[in-house]
Amino acid sequence: MPSPRYRREMPQRYRLEAGKCKSCGKIFFPPRLICNKCGSEDFEQVILPEKGKIVTFTIIRVAPTQFEAEVPYAIAIVELENGVRITTQVVDCDTEKLEIGNDVKLVFRKVQKEGKTGILLYGYKAVLA
Amino acid sequence: MRDVYVIGCGMTKFGEIWESSFRDLFVEAGLKAIKDAGVDRLDSMYVGTMTSGLFVGQEHVGALMADYLGVAPIPAVRVESACCSGGMAVRMGFLDIASGNSDIVLAGGVEKMNDGADVTYALSTAADQEYECYHGVTFPGLYAMIARAHMNKYGTTRDQLAQVAVKNHFNGSMNPNAQFPRKVTLEQVKNAVLVADPLTVLDSSPVSDGGACVILASEEVARKLQKPMIKIIGTGVATDSLALDQREDITALNAVKVSAERAMKMAGVKPSDIDLAEVHDCFTIAEICILEELGFAERGKGGLFTEQGHTALTGKIPINTSGGLKSKGHPVGATGVAQVVEIYEQLTGKSGERQIKNAKIGLAQNMGGSGASSVTHIFSLM
Repeated sequence: MPSPRYRREMPQRYRLEAGKCKSCGKIFFPPRLICNKCGSEDFEQVILPEKGKIVTFTIIRVAPTQFEAEVPYAIAIVELENGVRITTQVVDCDTEKLEIGNDVKLVFRKVQKEGKTGILLYGYKAVLA
Repeated sequence: MRDVYVIGCGMTKFGEIWESSFRDLFVEAGLKAIKDAGVDRLDSMYVGTMTSGLFVGQEHVGALMADYLGVAPIPAVRVESACCSGGMAVRMGFLDIASGNSDIVLAGGVEKMNDGADVTYALSTAADQEYECYHGVTFPGLYAMIARAHMNKYGTTRDQLAQVAVKNHFNGSMNPNAQFPRKVTLEQVKNAVLVADPLTVLDSSPVSDGGACVILASEEVARKLQKPMIKIIGTGVATDSLALDQREDITALNAVKVSAERAMKMAGVKPSDIDLAEVHDCFTIAEICILEELGFAERGKGGLFTEQGHTALTGKIPINTSGGLKSKGHPVGATGVAQVVEIYEQLTGKSGERQIKNAKIGLAQNMGGSGASSVTHIFSLM
């Protein structure tokens, strides 16, 4: 993943910055330029809550090359307290015991590495709350 | 719009085809289709391939294939919509003829997945790179999350998922072009190696090489060639969010539903009029969701519908008589076209042991990503 592209996503990955439609109130993560609900192009920045619940999840046992060393790892869709859903790894837990509905909290972690010699790439992961 | 007919088809065997290159797979299928149709020219060509750039480092596929098929300088262009690139190529061919621009069009698809690329990564590019793949999501992982949500919401069982694979492998055991033409048992599917919980390797379509082509023509050309009159009576395309987490209902594949509604409206048919269907069973859960979206099964009952045998060769709506992606194989760009090949052969009575008697109307549904794009075609023996 080229570095300029990584830097561009930092506000979302580091600070959970989302866009709230000023017209209808729908919150988008990642932010968008136009609201798919009401068509408004007028947004304000909001920060996502860190707490949420697991909507669904899986345990990845066959991974792309850059995640091979981490298998098996859990991936979940998490619904945050304001209703926004995000996809994230769930870590520091016994993956065999995960269940839909588990309370989780987002934390800041290393996610992957840019190639063999590139920069470390950070972002959010979930842990059981 | 002018009426459009399918007048011939051809495909390679699907599988690990070490001897054939990316271009050879397409040309082999194309030559078979041209001979089957008996045409002496093509007016244009559409080539579906998902990610040949990652699989074999080759882009600019339209011109390459026109050159090697010996039909340059006809117009030829690549069509891409992830795993429904092939179905979209058929759609483009349909529009080309319907508009009056062309009379004879080759619509084909090809993928060469076994040439050493990181297949899991290449396929994952059909998902949201920044907000799904960045976190280590894979395609089996996305469908596994759909499966778990479906099981949780509707009570779909592990056995019902496995039954999709058992049924499709049974059908595929009678298809000489299938990659895995062998039967499997419920126990084998359930106890196979996990790829992404709860899906095992036998819930998943394989990594395949292959090509498939169909020849489409105007009514005038079809009549002159005295071919069986297989008309495309409906076509529909729809889209949805690329990222699964952006959808209100994770168990719903809205693009599939809307693409089918559009095709059925155009054709003037309802689900009960369809005699057989090829659907995008990239994973067992996908077929269950699709049965619901196409209106064959009630919402939440796709698993039960399968378990009750309604989708078997002898059931009320045979699904994936070819063996589906599951048994026949899933060279992603070729898949949507190979579905049309199966429907064409069924409607013209060429399906051998797996022939559905008196089939008159067939449907082919091809899907991209975790359901972000879908194309549905309906064919009728006139």
